[in-house]
Amino acid sequence: MNLVIFIFIVLLGFTSYYFGRKKAYSIQATNTRLTALPQFYGYYLAIWCAIPAFIIYSLWAIFEPSIVKLIILSDYSNQGYLDDELNLIYEKTKSLSRGQFSGEITPYLETSAEKYLNLRSIAQNSKVVLILAIIIASIVYGYKRISSNNRTREPVEKFLNAVLFTASLAAILTTIGIVFSLIFQTIDFFKVIPLFDFIFGTHWYPAKAFVRDASEPLDPSMYSDTFGAVPIFAGTFFIALIAMCVAIPIGLMSGIYLAEYASTKVRQYAKPLIEILAGIPTVVYGFFAALTVGPFLKDIGTAMGLEVSAESALAAGGVMGIMIIPFISSLSDDVITSVPQGLRDGSYAMGATKSETIKKVIFPAALPGIVGSILLGVSRAVGETMIVVMASGLAANLTFNPLESTSTITAQIVVILIGDQAFGDPKTQAAFALGMTLFLVTLSLNIFALRVVKKYREKYE
Amino acid sequence: MNKNKEKLLNSRYRAEKRFQFYGKSAIFLALLFLTIFIFKIFSTGYTAFQKTWLIVPVTFDAETMYLDENPSKEDLKDADYFDLALQTMFDLDKSASEKQQNDLKRMVSYFFEREIKRELLNDPSLIGKTKDVYLTASDDLDQVFKGNYPRDLPEDQRRVTDYQLKIFDQLVEQGRVESKFNLSFFTYPDSREAELAGIASSFMGSIFSILVCLVIAFPVAVLAAIYLEEFAPKNRFTDFIEVNINNLAAVPSIIFGLLGLAVFINFFGMPRSVPLVGGLVLSLMTLPTIIIATRSSLQSVPPSIREAALAMGASEMQVVFQHLLPSAMPGIFTGTIIGLARAFGESAPLLLIGMVAFIVDIPATFTDPATALPVQIYIWADSPERAFVAKTSAATLILISLLILINLAAVLLRKRYEVKW
Repeated sequence: MNLVIFIFIVLLGFTSYYFGRKKAYSIQATNTRLTALPQFYGYYLAIWCAIPAFIIYSLWAIFEPSIVKLIILSDYSNQGYLDDELNLIYEKTKSLSRGQFSGEITPYLETSAEKYLNLRSIAQNSKVVLILAIIIASIVYGYKRISSNNRTREPVEKFLNAVLFTASLAAILTTIGIVFSLIFQTIDFFKVIPLFDFIFGTHWYPAKAFVRDASEPLDPSMYSDTFGAVPIFAGTFFIALIAMCVAIPIGLMSGIYLAEYASTKVRQYAKPLIEILAGIPTVVYGFFAALTVGPFLKDIGTAMGLEVSAESALAAGGVMGIMIIPFISSLSDDVITSVPQGLRDGSYAMGATKSETIKKVIFPAALPGIVGSILLGVSRAVGETMIVVMASGLAANLTFNPLESTSTITAQIVVILIGDQAFGDPKTQAAFALGMTLFLVTLSLNIFALRVVKKYREKYE
Repeated sequence: MNKNKEKLLNSRYRAEKRFQFYGKSAIFLALLFLTIFIFKIFSTGYTAFQKTWLIVPVTFDAETMYLDENPSKEDLKDADYFDLALQTMFDLDKSASEKQQNDLKRMVSYFFEREIKRELLNDPSLIGKTKDVYLTASDDLDQVFKGNYPRDLPEDQRRVTDYQLKIFDQLVEQGRVESKFNLSFFTYPDSREAELAGIASSFMGSIFSILVCLVIAFPVAVLAAIYLEEFAPKNRFTDFIEVNINNLAAVPSIIFGLLGLAVFINFFGMPRSVPLVGGLVLSLMTLPTIIIATRSSLQSVPPSIREAALAMGASEMQVVFQHLLPSAMPGIFTGTIIGLARAFGESAPLLLIGMVAFIVDIPATFTDPATALPVQIYIWADSPERAFVAKTSAATLILISLLILINLAAVLLRKRYEVKW
């Protein structure tokens, strides 16, 4: 039904475009000068026809369910039900009216279900009538406004401008959405778990918080020694460090080689090939790390008499490093190529070899940009999820032995939130608190890195 | 004196050589990783594109199917094929003990009943006759046949019993085992049984999510980019929007999963595990990529076009929508395709919104529970059965090939339509 109304509005919009244009043509035929091209008259009428109807349509869709719920539940008010119970009654009513209810049917419930169906049909009918009335009224108004001395291009363009502006708000809305979705849960979390315990506690064991009867009040003492995030922060830092140990030397050296030494031909093929590494989905890296690298390291370790876990920090970090190589190599390649040729020529003129020029002149000149690219790489490593989930452990050990398994912020978020979650539970909230930490860390890394790179660009432009 | 100079010079040249060598080996290492990577995935994955069939003679005995004489088509559809199917397997070794009979049954997939039924429905005249029927071999025998399974392990460490191996070897000798292209890998949904598991359900889930992502992200991003590039006044608010977009492009994907969980599922009450929510989350992720691509291709349209249009009396809006946007379209499409390719390979946020469930039905709408191809890889990678390793690699191969195709399309599109001003 809703879809039919939607299609109807769209079709009417197209038709009114046609009629608007037709009226414009007929005005033109009387040798009167139009103030805009005829199609603007069409757009004008189409906007008048469709937009008010859509506004009503969406307002209705937003408010109808809650109003119906209010009316249904008003029968149950003053009977001492709790909010949760009222919600349950409403859900039961809904499923009964759909004929999918399998439980004890009380007479109360039956009356409610009948009332519900009744209300829904009233709502549906009045919606159709209201939308039709709005469409007719606005079309008539718009059609009357079309004349040779009324402007149509300006209002149409103003409307378009408003649409464009609204679209550009999407980015802000997303950021607001992220901040709000993280902040409320995080605040609730810190109401139960002291901030101090979270930041400095050394025991992370969220599985302990698994079972809790929702009807009992929260007892914070139950969670002491459960949500100490130090092992996780340490694990995140450690795995990122391993990744950067792989990515920085290889990425930086290949960036330098591509920018300074490679012939055009080598560059033409090597650069896109290395960038393929950035396009491979992370789940594939994770699978590769778990399938090949982990067992491989374990075999080597056993041969050398070391005890290596099959899910080691080294495997996850190493593969993550491979993933980050192209970020560092492309960015530092760009940065190095944009160092002015004059600096190079000056150095060569003093008799320096190419590598000396690179090490003593170009590298210092490009340093801010390179630091920026490394920081962006670090932010990638910290936020990477799938590789750690699949190749390193899920248990949070506080260790700095690369051969043991550790866990990271992202992996713990997945561990906690995979499957069913109950909102309002400290365990779920803990994931959001971790998410907040991750967001803040990567955000500051990104802002700092982007600023450094920007400053650097300005210096040579 | 001269000698010292020469020494110094030589050592400087050696340093130069060394430095070049480091650079070359860095590139070599990066490319080596890529090669090992592709090779490893390919070498473990290619076997999954073949499927092993046992060719077993089935005697379509009306009595075992509890059928009357001259059954109608409906009767055949409703008939009980289980006993017939069991009998068929037991007939492979008439002297089998009860335990061995159980082993015999486990040599084929649990679809064996269905496969026999299909044979009879295709040709109802088979009743009372015997015909060779292709039955899907169990995943362990499939691995044995492909040589991926160590036979020399002691029996209690194997999932295949000695007895099963004996019968299987007999069948191989009789030429009753055949390997054919594994079409069902592409047409079947996920299954707990490796020999029956396919990528159809997760692939459709991915397609639905990507469609939602495209429908939402593309228009919003292009309109936003037009506003920011052409109409936005230079003030603090629009600066703030720009900073926002640049930062969103670098926010870890899992944060978008948290956003989807808290906002779409918890706040708006949308259902869990559906491609609609998955697509919404992915579209928020792709938005900045498309905005940035659109802006840079709008910037690369030469000012002469704008000025010419303005000189002819076009309004600002007309200039943008009739001249700048069409010229910038190839660049915008390329950016969109690259963004969608990234969304296609993304899995972390989908884990959080429940698109990680075990899905046996191929989703048909945007609100059916579904999973996505990358998530399917994650699920399979967790399965202990040996056969799933090959399946996972095969799914990975398909994912990577699709991504390469998509990116290639983007490159070709750019080559074909790019205008050099």
